[in-house]
Order: sequence, then C-alpha cells, then structure tokens
Amino acid sequence: MLSASKITLERYFQPVFQPVSFDLEASGLLLVTGANGCGKTTLIRVLAGILHPSGGTIANRARGMAYVGHYLAIKDDLSVIENLRFARDFTGTSERRVSEVISEVGLGRVAEQLARTLSAGQRKRCALARLLLSENELWLLDEPYSNLDTEGVALVDRILTSHLEGGGACVLATHGAHRPAWPGTHDYLLLSGASA
Amino acid sequence: MNPEYAGGSLSGAFVALVRRDLLLAFRRRTELLFPVIFLLVVISLFPLGIGPSPQLLARIAPGVIWIAALLATVISLDALFRSDFEDGTLEQFVISGHPLTLIALAKIATHWLVAGLPIVLLSPLLALWMNLSTDSLSVMVVTLALGTPILSLIGSIGVGLTISLKRGGQLLSLLVFPLYVPILIIATAAVMAASDGLPYTQFLGLLTAGLITSVTLAPFAAAAALKISLS
Repeated sequence: MLSASKITLERYFQPVFQPVSFDLEASGLLLVTGANGCGKTTLIRVLAGILHPSGGTIANRARGMAYVGHYLAIKDDLSVIENLRFARDFTGTSERRVSEVISEVGLGRVAEQLARTLSAGQRKRCALARLLLSENELWLLDEPYSNLDTEGVALVDRILTSHLEGGGACVLATHGAHRPAWPGTHDYLLLSGASA
Repeated sequence: MNPEYAGGSLSGAFVALVRRDLLLAFRRRTELLFPVIFLLVVISLFPLGIGPSPQLLARIAPGVIWIAALLATVISLDALFRSDFEDGTLEQFVISGHPLTLIALAKIATHWLVAGLPIVLLSPLLALWMNLSTDSLSVMVVTLALGTPILSLIGSIGVGLTISLKRGGQLLSLLVFPLYVPILIIATAAVMAASDGLPYTQFLGLLTAGLITSVTLAPFAAAAALKISLS
C-alpha cells in the first residue's frame, strides 16, 4: 500500500535521517521509533507529502490518507461537533454519523462546547474522532498516545486494531513508552544523520 | 499522495470551507469589525487634517477612499491563512487530496466577503462624507466592487509567502503595496474622469481585465507559495 525506497531528506545540506526503505502492505503497521530529534515527525511529514524528499521514491497506492500530527487542526472558535462536521463535509467521504463518533471517543459530554475549553487530552480525542470519520486506508499517526490518559491510550489501540483488521495500514511514530499489540507490526528504528 | 486517489467532491469541499470560514469570522466579530472601523476613522481624519473645504475634499476623495481601502485590506490580509497555518489545518488540506489552488480560492473568496464587501457597501456613505458628486459616487462603488477582489487575490500570494515568518505581517505590507499601485492608479483615474465629466469606461474595462487575470492566476500562485511555506 505504501512503499519507500531509500528516501532521504536534507536540511541545510545535512541529512535529517539515514535513508529509509520499507514496504507496507494492507493490515500492516509500521512502528517508527527512535530517539528524540531523530526525525520521526519529519519522516511522517515526508510520507504525508507535506515535505518533498531530497532523494529516493515513495509509492503510495492507498485510497486516501489521514494524518494526526502535533498540530491537531482543531478550530478553537468552533465546537467539537462543528469541527467534526466540517471535517466530514470537507473530505466528503464518510457516511458515519458525527455524533456516533463523538461518543465513541468519549467526548459526548463536551460535544457542544467550544474547542478552546477542551483539555489537551480532549483535543487529541477530537482529532482521533476526525480520524474515525475519514474512511482513508492509510493512517499516519505522529505520537498518537501523547496527552492521553490510560483509557485514551486503550482507545487509540482499539480504533487502530479495528482499522488494521479492516484492511487498512498505518505508520505510527512513537518515542516508545507504549506500543500497540498487533501481530503484523514491523519495527523500524529511525537513525538520525548521515552515518553513525 | 496517491495521484490516482481523488477524495470527495470538490464542490462539497469548497462549500464546506466557505461555510466554516464565514462561521469562524462571525465568531471572531471583533476581528471582522476592526478593518471597517479603521477605514471609517482614517477617512474621517482627512477633513479634520485638511480642512472642511467641500471642493478640496471632493478632489481628493477618490485617492483618500482608495488608499484607506488598501490599508484596511492589508490589515485584514494576514488573517487569511494564519490560523490555518498555525493549527495544522493547512497540512490537513494538503493531505486531503483536494487541489490547494481550489482551497486557496475558497479562502480568498471568504476573505473578500468578510473584508472587501463591507468596504464596497460602505463606500457610498464614505463618498458622501467626502462630498463626491452623485455621478462619480456610483463609479466609486463600481471601482471598489471590481478592485477589492483583486486586492484580496494579489494579497493572498503575499500572505502565502510570508505566513511561515514570525513577523510576516510587516513584510507583507512591503510586499503587496507595490503590486497594488496599478489598481490604485486605474481606479482613482476612473473616479476622477467621472467627476470631470470625461469618459471612464476604459478604466473600468482595465479593472475588469485585472480582476479576470488575478482570479485566473492568483490562486495558483498562492497555492504554490503556501506549499513553499509548509516545507
């Protein structure tokens, strides 16, 4: 579904990470780990097509991509439900009901509140709700566990498992405190710099 | 991005984006009102500073109103992509697979509805303040109706280029004012010609041509500028 061949990215003529190659099939989970500053976020942004790789090729055959990064793209002046309605209308791909998704991520109580009143964890849940609304095959998750409580971490694992069981694929970057339990997981240790 | 995957319908995305931005503009009403109040204050300062001679005011009216409109537009421009850039929405737009050009066009259209249209609607009142004759008043309104969308369109390119800078707003004004000069010259020439009883339709034709050109080209340039700013 997504394959990368020797992709590199240079910033100020310095490679951010060592050349990355992998092949991700349906129901596959690529777990990108590595030390802080090794370029996990940068790699995810390259795979998402926001940054252009300096070298190597990316072949993306997925039907749609969804990305949850550090900036959650939630509008403070809109309520949770308005944020999600916009996401649904904008991508135009989902038949799922917004209210169903909101209760699935446990935001039912604050659905009508403006997003500026939400805690960091609740904002993350809102971004996860957007992920559920989209029917994209490929998920790119950058530190999806950050800011979440134990129940929230279980929520991520649950929606991730059902996505993978449904034939989707996922690239997940994490610093490694928690790892999802999925049999088809490929570990990828990202190393920074040109050559160690 | 998979080039063969197209996502949902383009018109649906366009409408959803315009609707969301209008709702956001309504929620941030004070930001919405600020350029309009600025415009009113700047124009009302001129009679105080120059003296309330009706002939003199009528003579300088086209230039004063148009310069105030330029300033008010530049003040509101920075908000065009700023919040979407800072909260990651722009990244989501790129990933959605919808062409960034269309997204830029939707944002520009909303910007004009929110920042440009109030200027056009207020302009008869401003023209009366400045003692403009009734004939040239209607030409004034037409030049603003044709010209303010051009200001939003050209401005969007500058915003796209400066969005990733911390103090992009200051650079932005330096960047776009030179590009606004031809519009200022043509628009004020039209109003002056009308008040002198000379033919003015050629100027309106030039403004229309400018509008068509910028609608066709500016969204592409703005999208390219945004892509550069994101990387």
